[in-house]
Amino acid sequence: MAYAASATARPPLLDRERTRNAAASVGLFLAVLIALWALWEGFKAFGESTGLRLGQFEANDRTMPHIHDIVSTLFEPSRRNGPLLIDVLWDAALFTAKEAAVGFTLGALIGFVLGALLAHFVLLQRGFLPYIVASQTIPILAVAPMVVVWVNPRLPPGLKDWGAVAVISAYLTFFPVAINTLRGLTSVDPRALELMRSYAAGSWKVLWKLRVPAALPFIFAALKIAAPASVVGAIIGELPASIQNGLGGAILNFNQYYVTAPTRLWATNLIAALLGISFFLVVLLAERLAVRRAPEHVA
Amino acid sequence: MRSRKWAFIAVLALVAASLAIVGCGGGDEDDEAAAEDLTPVTLQSKWVVQAQFAGYYAAVDQGFYEDEGLDVTIRAGGPDIVPEQVVAGGQAEFGINWLDSLLATRDQGQGLVNIAQVFTRSGMTEVTWKDTGLDEITKLEGKKVGVWLGGNEHKLFAALTKNGLDPQQDVEIVAQPFDMNLFLSREVDAAAAMTYNELAQVLEVENPDTGELYTEEELNVFRMSELGTGALEDGIFVREDWIADTENQDVAKRFLKASFRGWIYCRDNPDSCVDIVLENGPTLGAGHQAWQMNEINDLIWPAPLGVGIMDPESFEITNQIATDYKIIKTPATDDAYRTDIAEAALAELEDEDTTGEDWEKPEVEVTPGGE
Repeated sequence: MAYAASATARPPLLDRERTRNAAASVGLFLAVLIALWALWEGFKAFGESTGLRLGQFEANDRTMPHIHDIVSTLFEPSRRNGPLLIDVLWDAALFTAKEAAVGFTLGALIGFVLGALLAHFVLLQRGFLPYIVASQTIPILAVAPMVVVWVNPRLPPGLKDWGAVAVISAYLTFFPVAINTLRGLTSVDPRALELMRSYAAGSWKVLWKLRVPAALPFIFAALKIAAPASVVGAIIGELPASIQNGLGGAILNFNQYYVTAPTRLWATNLIAALLGISFFLVVLLAERLAVRRAPEHVA
Repeated sequence: MRSRKWAFIAVLALVAASLAIVGCGGGDEDDEAAAEDLTPVTLQSKWVVQAQFAGYYAAVDQGFYEDEGLDVTIRAGGPDIVPEQVVAGGQAEFGINWLDSLLATRDQGQGLVNIAQVFTRSGMTEVTWKDTGLDEITKLEGKKVGVWLGGNEHKLFAALTKNGLDPQQDVEIVAQPFDMNLFLSREVDAAAAMTYNELAQVLEVENPDTGELYTEEELNVFRMSELGTGALEDGIFVREDWIADTENQDVAKRFLKASFRGWIYCRDNPDSCVDIVLENGPTLGAGHQAWQMNEINDLIWPAPLGVGIMDPESFEITNQIATDYKIIKTPATDDAYRTDIAEAALAELEDEDTTGEDWEKPEVEVTPGGE
């Protein structure tokens, strides 16, 4: 099973080497950031000076605001005598994070159970897998209003509206987890399986002692895809649920006023991206903790 | 194996902790206890929180609904929300939408009925730049004319037809997104604009040539209400089977009474209403909402028949446009609206000025970026 986790196996490093590596990755990160900034500003400057037009697109302060303007707009009042934009967006991000976190957890659990069931019952797998795949071909934009109509009336007052959004977010989360769990659980080395059987291990034991540990790298790969997707699901779900307190509501508002304040929409997108990235980082951290020692331990 | 078990527990703890942390943010404080004796009802708005719906938010804020024994929840609208569907599905008792949209829903067999026509005139306009010389709608022949498609184009089409232009052949119709970029970059010669929203969005932008804001003097504004094709806009509707019940008729009367008080309040205290709207929509610009509040008042007041009473003549114009442009297959009858409930509500508001005959539109200063 070592091949499944070989990517995480690293030779032991000296402290000095480790520091140098860390410095190198920080440096690389900054270099890429600067390169992206230069690309954006360079293209904008080039477009503005040459009057270049790509179809309807023309580079100017409205279509491509300066990066520093986008960042500085965060620290300006959101309106006359109002709180700073970053405070408003921080509250909105927390609200969306709550929806996404619940949706992600729900989706991950459903995905795992579904994957485990499909892995054990081949008949189920043949019968249901096509429908699970089909569920993801229906655009989330079409699913979201239906979820609100069906789920919302059945929710207790404390969960109203945002609970429906969590379900929409779970809808985007469960699929990669289910598929990768299925793949992970069935990718066990046959020799290891034979060994377990020769010890007369029941299928429950085989699942927890052999299949799940072997599937962990697969599952975490799926969770890393699902985490940012759950944020996307939450943002999209806020629109049909008529929630104004989250990032989805903010994006809708700033989209409407894009002409007069383009930097605000960009700033909101920036916050939304940061939220998705932090979800990803939490999963990454969890993976480090759970799968760090995998190579030595798997059979 | 032990170390992995601990790692597992650590992961679970981490997930639980992160859930707990985000769970604390934005908690709902439901003050259900105070609302026990009140009848809960829901209003589905047509669009996101903005001064277009200030009267209802003011009625909540000022306790007008509570005075009538109602606990009103206002659900904001958005691009994915069709108020008619929400009301027909029983998720809200009251809905707000343009009258032609309601007629279309009725035409498809849904039993919905208008009980109050709040906006007495249309706020839709078509604008051109003055320096293009397009100062009459007839001059749009052969020009690029922007308009929102998908149900919002009919008033303009009717105006063009009325002035001898075939919308399909004599002008080049351009699908306009919900912003004014095409107009500002002059990719269209004319653009659709609501007085209370897009028109202000043009005026809130700096002219790159002068460094000053654009002014109304630089624009020609063709108002659909002046061209005689102003189909009616925001009105309140309910389900027919719901309103058949006499108890619900009483709920509706109380709802309208408090809503009208809200609109009267916003007419007389526009600044306070702008503040109320901003409290409900934390990401909105104060300057833009002040402009919008003023223009919305202009669409409601004066209301010669009393606020909320449908004018049969305007209803017919809307009906005619809806029929001509095949929004509806069969012309609507007077069954599409009823005024008895609004009249009963107005009867209880005798002490208030419900027509606003003396209201004069104040000047509202445009702010850069609508801030």
